[in-house]
Amino acid sequence: MRLIVTYAIGLIFGIGISISGMANPAKVINFFDVAGTWDPSLAFVMGGALLVAFPGFMLVFRRSKPTFEPGYQVPSNTKIDGRLIAGSAVFGIGWGIAGFCPGGALPALGTGRSEVFLFVIASAVGVLIARLGPQLLNRAGLTRTQTS
Amino acid sequence: MNTATEFTPFVSLGGGLLIGLSAVLLMAALGRIFGATGVMAGLMLPESRDGFTWRLVLLAGMVTAPTLIFLTTGSPVDIDVPVSTGMLVGGGLLVGFGAAMGSGCTSGHGVCGMARLSKRSIVATITFMVATAVTVFVVRHVLGA
Repeated sequence: MRLIVTYAIGLIFGIGISISGMANPAKVINFFDVAGTWDPSLAFVMGGALLVAFPGFMLVFRRSKPTFEPGYQVPSNTKIDGRLIAGSAVFGIGWGIAGFCPGGALPALGTGRSEVFLFVIASAVGVLIARLGPQLLNRAGLTRTQTS
Repeated sequence: MNTATEFTPFVSLGGGLLIGLSAVLLMAALGRIFGATGVMAGLMLPESRDGFTWRLVLLAGMVTAPTLIFLTTGSPVDIDVPVSTGMLVGGGLLVGFGAAMGSGCTSGHGVCGMARLSKRSIVATITFMVATAVTVFVVRHVLGA
């Protein structure tokens, strides 16, 4: 039951992404191209998502625990640090260059388009570099300072 | 090619409502933030067997969507890639690296975090939106790619 529900949630997300235009780099880049071929559609995507998610989360958190798990796993970190800002800036630069983001590209894998696979593989490598890079550098003795 | 795309407020709003709904349902069912980068990271570097399984099933649901849309509407999902292969790969590397470093992407920070009024997510979302807009301006109007 738990996995059927999870599958259905993935499907709802995928349909939402596919019809919204988030899986279409031409539309994503045009949303940001205010000085050129501007297409404001994607403002409606984020608006629509928040319209449901904002009251929806408030309702969900009224229950003491989720249906299939003993508790909620929500980030408790509230610190605004350099990693958050630098990482988000790098993410934005990449999104502006490629026009895909992970949420847009993962459902689009289902179209079988080679461009989507190429992007997803590249971004997966990016995730691995960010996650494993510091460890590998430490192991190789290339970093002098240990991360706290 | 800088080609115009059709303004689609209604389907985009509808798609957004479904994206928001899926985020709420995942929180209600599994108590998890719906983050696409988190799904990728959790599949490549699994924290546990269960953490791998639910993410794989979630991904299976996502990937089914284009086929279902094709079967019901008769038209494929629009994907126009106006960038070169090099930009796709380079942009992809930056997207993955940046999202992992900044602990989130459009879905995790932009939808889930914003909806929880998380200060970190609001800062992250404003940061990447500005960075994306500046990048698109530079690529299209300064470099003229």
